[in-house]
Amino acid sequence: MATRLTSTKTVPKKGTRAGKGPGFPGPNGKGPKGNGWKGGDEPQRRLSASAYRITMWVVLAAILMMFAALSSVYIILAGGEQWQPIKMPRMFFLSSAVILTSSLSLEHAKRSLKLGRQRSSYYWTGTTLLLGVMFLICQLLGWRELRAQGLYFSGQPHSSFFYFFTGVHGIHLVGGIVALVYLLSRLRRALAPLSAKTEITAQVVSIYWHTMDAVWLWLFLLLMLWK
Amino acid sequence: MSETHDAVHRHEPPKSFIRKYIFSLDHKVIGIQYILLALAAVLVGMIMSLLMRLNLSWPGTNWPILGTLFPGGAPNGVMNPEFYLSLVTMHGTIMVFFVLTTAPQGGFGNYFLPIQIGAEDMAFPFLNMMSFWITFVGFIVILAAIFFSGAPSTVGPIGGWTGYAPLSALGQIAGPGQGMGMNLWIISIAIFCVGSLLGALNFITTLLNMRTRGMSLMRMPLTCWAWFTTAVLALLSFPVLLGGGILLLLDRLAGTSFFIPGGLYVSGVLSGTNPNFPLHTGGSPILWQHLFWFFGHPEVYIAILPGMGATSHILATFARKPVFGYRAMVFAIFAIGLLGFFVWGHHMFISGMSPYSAVAFSILTLSIGVPSAVKTFNWIGTLWGARIRFTSAMLFAIGFVSLFVAGGISGLILGQSSLDLPVHDTYIVLGHFHLVMGVASIFGMFAATYFWFPKMLGRFMNERLGQIHFWITFLGVYAIFIPMHVMGLVGMPRRYSQFTEYEFLKSLHPLVIFVSVAAIITIATQFIFYFNLIWSIFKGKKAGDNPWEATTLEWSTATPPPHDNFAGIIPTVYRGPYEFAVPGAPNDFVMQTEADAEVPGGNGHEAHKH
Repeated sequence: MATRLTSTKTVPKKGTRAGKGPGFPGPNGKGPKGNGWKGGDEPQRRLSASAYRITMWVVLAAILMMFAALSSVYIILAGGEQWQPIKMPRMFFLSSAVILTSSLSLEHAKRSLKLGRQRSSYYWTGTTLLLGVMFLICQLLGWRELRAQGLYFSGQPHSSFFYFFTGVHGIHLVGGIVALVYLLSRLRRALAPLSAKTEITAQVVSIYWHTMDAVWLWLFLLLMLWK
Repeated sequence: MSETHDAVHRHEPPKSFIRKYIFSLDHKVIGIQYILLALAAVLVGMIMSLLMRLNLSWPGTNWPILGTLFPGGAPNGVMNPEFYLSLVTMHGTIMVFFVLTTAPQGGFGNYFLPIQIGAEDMAFPFLNMMSFWITFVGFIVILAAIFFSGAPSTVGPIGGWTGYAPLSALGQIAGPGQGMGMNLWIISIAIFCVGSLLGALNFITTLLNMRTRGMSLMRMPLTCWAWFTTAVLALLSFPVLLGGGILLLLDRLAGTSFFIPGGLYVSGVLSGTNPNFPLHTGGSPILWQHLFWFFGHPEVYIAILPGMGATSHILATFARKPVFGYRAMVFAIFAIGLLGFFVWGHHMFISGMSPYSAVAFSILTLSIGVPSAVKTFNWIGTLWGARIRFTSAMLFAIGFVSLFVAGGISGLILGQSSLDLPVHDTYIVLGHFHLVMGVASIFGMFAATYFWFPKMLGRFMNERLGQIHFWITFLGVYAIFIPMHVMGLVGMPRRYSQFTEYEFLKSLHPLVIFVSVAAIITIATQFIFYFNLIWSIFKGKKAGDNPWEATTLEWSTATPPPHDNFAGIIPTVYRGPYEFAVPGAPNDFVMQTEADAEVPGGNGHEAHKH
């Protein structure tokens, strides 16, 4: 067994910096990655773009976990004897198309931002926002379609799930819309000089939006195909 | 998220009383708020357990004060069964959620995780504040359930801390304690889930992004590993409970049938034939159990992992030795956390389950014994041949190991479906989980309190009172919970308000009284702890910056730590967390911040690494 005490040899005295880079004194055998320190002494730099992305994924892990639990509830109840499947309202096909398009437009907005075309990015983000609102309106119209058939929230589970899944997903999408409004306001302000934070915001918002898009498609297919 | 960009402003401590102590963004203040919440909640839960013991040992006795306080629940001072059952529910809920989940993680984790990794605060201080205040609202709502339970004979809902459907899903029709109290119970749990999720998000982000120079993952104290794993467990399990809780609430309030099967006949009424009991169809009550225990099993690790972290930390400090097998400890924490997600079925062996799934759940459950044994042996290895300093903190840490083993052994019995079936829902289950999850976690927190009190408040807790507190509590909890194993084997079922009607349990009554007497003594002893806590804040012996001669970052800063933890000097970490008794070093401990100490050889966990 090697009796090597980590880092005492490679580590410089207090107050000096080792080797290259702004702040990696003892790599501890793992290189800078394992060190946690992002470089620079200013606290502002410590939450970098990747930190915000990690945070977003941590948030999404929790949200996806909840949808996974709710989906398993659906799948188990759909296997029950008293299950009465109902037909997918046509409005939900439209809403699915709308939200897919919104993801494309948001992606376009992000790409424009990367290429430095802020005005174009601003308009495409606005388009995404409009599509998001349209999606929510479609969902509400879908509810009306269900009600017209005499299918309500209470009653048999498949109909409850239509309302419940669209509702829970809708609440999460409202969060996405708030984020889009925030991004839009940043882009508007940033029409002069583009700040790094706007780009991070765009990245994080798009991660959230695309995931909510994917969640809806999953719920849509589940409601339609798993009977 | 914008507050993180204003980090520079955070270095100025807030001036106003409200910003400083009430709506504080400082993780240290928030940590203390969590601890105070737990200290208040544990008092409520403890008094409830006392009332339960009184009723079990001396059924039918007139307790005049109860008759005055709860004329409906204890007419003429004699507790009725509903009153007892609602006590069971509230005791479990308050203890599990508002004590075992708040103090270890939200309390000590919040206070010490940022300091131990060398950060000046959590990644999202505002979210941190929100997570506490949301949890606080959850606590107020659960207290409200005591007074607005919808039935005068109860002090809350009836359903146990697990709230099994369909009882919990039906509403008033299902009997006393199923009205408003159950709604409030579900809402409180849902609020608690949201608060915990915000906290977990903060812990994970902080630990991944805010470690100081040189603080690699494998140089973190084991406490940080435990808090991190706990946060991951919370992040992945609370959403499931939240989703399930919302479905349960909808079943009660919106007439859905997620957990209510069709054709149910309750209190003489068929579903759909009475306006109080609308038509239900197609739900599955067992589904609630799956959702609940998918959360519930990780929850018991959420309660105990921080205690394990604190125990490792404290054992090393007072044994003056490095933690034996640091890496193995880290992987054991992770293995316990990971396996915890695949064993929820062992709570449901008797609920109706394919024997094949039961076998799978049994094997997975027993395999948790492996990382648990790794931890236990490493703790013993840490103590082996050490010149131990028997402080109160150390005694409670050793007590933790003892209780963890004593409670864990019966887990091997309960984890096997064939052995579990006859003892399911008997007192052996009570003995098991109270020892391993309840009291062991609490011992971890006692150890943490005695250990970190000098850092948090600048004074020691009284050592003599601490030792008295330890010995009576330690013997007391064994006297309470070991006899419960015997009762369980005889067949005494849990959640019964009294056993006078059962001939085969009559011979156990002296044991029941013994347990109650032990419980009364143990509960009384806890007031020594409360007294010590308050007295020491003002009169305790003054403590320096590093009174225990410990090695980690919290001991390298001032006592109590300044608002930004390190007074603007960002520490650099040069070594692992437990470098005690390093050969050739001038002191028997080398702090993580010491760069140029003469340390010729390797030691302890660091030697295992490469």
